[in-house]
Amino acid sequence: MLELRNVTKTVAGVDHIRDVSLTLQHGSLNVLLGPTLSGKTSLMRLMAGLDKPTAGSIWFDGVDVTGVPVQKRKIAMVYQQFINYPAMTVYDNIASPLRVAGADKATIDQEVKRAAELLKLTPYLGRTPLNLSGGQQQRTALARAIVKNARLVLLDEPLANLDYKLREELRAELPRIFAETGAIFVYATTEPHEALLLGGNVATLSEGRITQFGPTIEVFRKPNDLITARTFADPPLNTIVLKKSGRSFQLDGGVDLPVPADLAGIADASYTIGFQPHHLSFEKRTADAVGVKAKVSVTEITGSESFVHLSYADARWVMLSHGIHQFEPDEAIEVFIDPRHVMVFDANGRSAASPSQLAA
Amino acid sequence: MAGTREAVADKDKMMRDAVTTTGAVHGGAVDEALARRMRRRGEESRFWWVVPTIYIIFLMLPIYWLINMSFKSNQEILGAFSLWPQNPTLRNYAVIFTDPSWYKGYINSIIYVVMNTAISISVALPAAYAFSRYRFLGDKHLFFWLLTNRMAPPAVFALPFFQLYSAFGLIDTHIAVALAHCLFNVPLAVWILEGFMSGVPKEIDETAYIDGYSFPRFFVKIFVPLIASGIGVAAFFCFMFSWVELLIARTLTTTDAKPIAAIMTRTVSASGMDWGVLAAAGVLTIIPGALVIWFVRNYIAKGFALGRV
Repeated sequence: MLELRNVTKTVAGVDHIRDVSLTLQHGSLNVLLGPTLSGKTSLMRLMAGLDKPTAGSIWFDGVDVTGVPVQKRKIAMVYQQFINYPAMTVYDNIASPLRVAGADKATIDQEVKRAAELLKLTPYLGRTPLNLSGGQQQRTALARAIVKNARLVLLDEPLANLDYKLREELRAELPRIFAETGAIFVYATTEPHEALLLGGNVATLSEGRITQFGPTIEVFRKPNDLITARTFADPPLNTIVLKKSGRSFQLDGGVDLPVPADLAGIADASYTIGFQPHHLSFEKRTADAVGVKAKVSVTEITGSESFVHLSYADARWVMLSHGIHQFEPDEAIEVFIDPRHVMVFDANGRSAASPSQLAA
Repeated sequence: MAGTREAVADKDKMMRDAVTTTGAVHGGAVDEALARRMRRRGEESRFWWVVPTIYIIFLMLPIYWLINMSFKSNQEILGAFSLWPQNPTLRNYAVIFTDPSWYKGYINSIIYVVMNTAISISVALPAAYAFSRYRFLGDKHLFFWLLTNRMAPPAVFALPFFQLYSAFGLIDTHIAVALAHCLFNVPLAVWILEGFMSGVPKEIDETAYIDGYSFPRFFVKIFVPLIASGIGVAAFFCFMFSWVELLIARTLTTTDAKPIAAIMTRTVSASGMDWGVLAAAGVLTIIPGALVIWFVRNYIAKGFALGRV
């Protein structure tokens, strides 16, 4: 169990990590999700012991490891850049943590071959890392992390610099490979869909703070606040500020957006309504879906999907829609919002739903 | 003459080939004009070799003349002008290899040069690592100040060194010269090595620590191999400076540690100037430098590209 207790890291007067408390269980997969500069790497370096927290403490299995040098901790880390020892062969690269630990030759050979097999590196064991492709280099780094049999595995955007095919392949395999070891697995990423694909738990980061930590799907569906919701949306979350009066939010042109049933009790005030791009549609999918007239600004077609950028009043929205749709710029179209999928945040950006309702 | 004409024909053919390939891109009439222009330019550049040849002759002449002289007897050198030795002799070299006062000079030079290179590199490695990996108060100023040591001519330091080393009884020892040259070589080596080290991502250090390497083990096993070419380049510059530096080496030595360059400046013997022996000594002095350059030539190119010199 890795525990961060009120950890703060300040570098040259700037807070990189602000009062983070987090508990990670053995055998769990934890995703750190946040935009660049949100503190993912800083947090990982603190977990690894590469940096010392300015305040707070870090505990591992009930032992305070705050000042313990990184050599003495059983951790493995893989960076976004492909970091290997260029002067050694792939075999020696993978074997290096075992050699340092003083394992005997037969064990080393067995472990290296097993890891190489797992990551499809067997044909390249005799080469040096710089003679490999990017994907192979990163797999070498991953293999080194595997043989170490670490209790804490930190992967800092390990797939960010790979081409998408390899990324998808490795993303599917990584949790499986490390799940067997029973280690605490921490994976940093900037991409919400990567977090969703990996599953497990997610901790969303914003400006050095953890905004929410919990099972990935739950955080995605019911973010505690607007920042978390924004962090966890790609393309960006659609928002609009609306006034609630009675049982509905007032949209332009006298259109009413019904307040979701579980939020019926909230006070009449201004709220920020948020909804994911795929919850906006051309057709009225459900009976209570509400149609609004929006103006098309751009349409991006990715193949099987279209991103339609819309403007509605002051708001800029993106609609994600299956199939290819083409619109003229400035064309006015009717789009439908399903009130069951809207998230409601109060003036402070906090979710309007009370915790008891979240659990329900 | 036939050979030249063939060469010209070849060149013309190459030009035409080049034109046909470009022709695919351009079009008809433009092609013709281009081809004509290129052909004319081709003829004009038949004398492309003239300037480089003159340049190389200009550079090589003194060296050739030195080698030429080293195979002549003194009478021939002082006698009629000749482009090559009329009566080639190895006497001059024989003198150097048999007379201790000559060959000792080479041994002395090599001893203190090697000592200096070893000291400079082993001192500069940790210093350069500190400069490349850590930020500390005044690090940038200190780094620049290091280089300013090289801005003063060695003559400036000859007097203080002489005084200081006399006081410690170090005069006429190899270590005295080696240490004195460190004043110039350590800053340069730090400067070069820092460039190479900064090219190695810090994450490699961290990965090694995560893998369990202690700092000394990481440094020797992982880091040094990564900057091997940088060490080669730095060692080369230390070697070259120490090998050619004359003033300090001469000031700090009298007989036992006298370098070859100093011996060469005092060859007026009872029988007058021994030109031939002097030339032979000169040739032998060029050889170690040439050898070192030959061995590190690949690294030098890399060094100029990666490190800062």
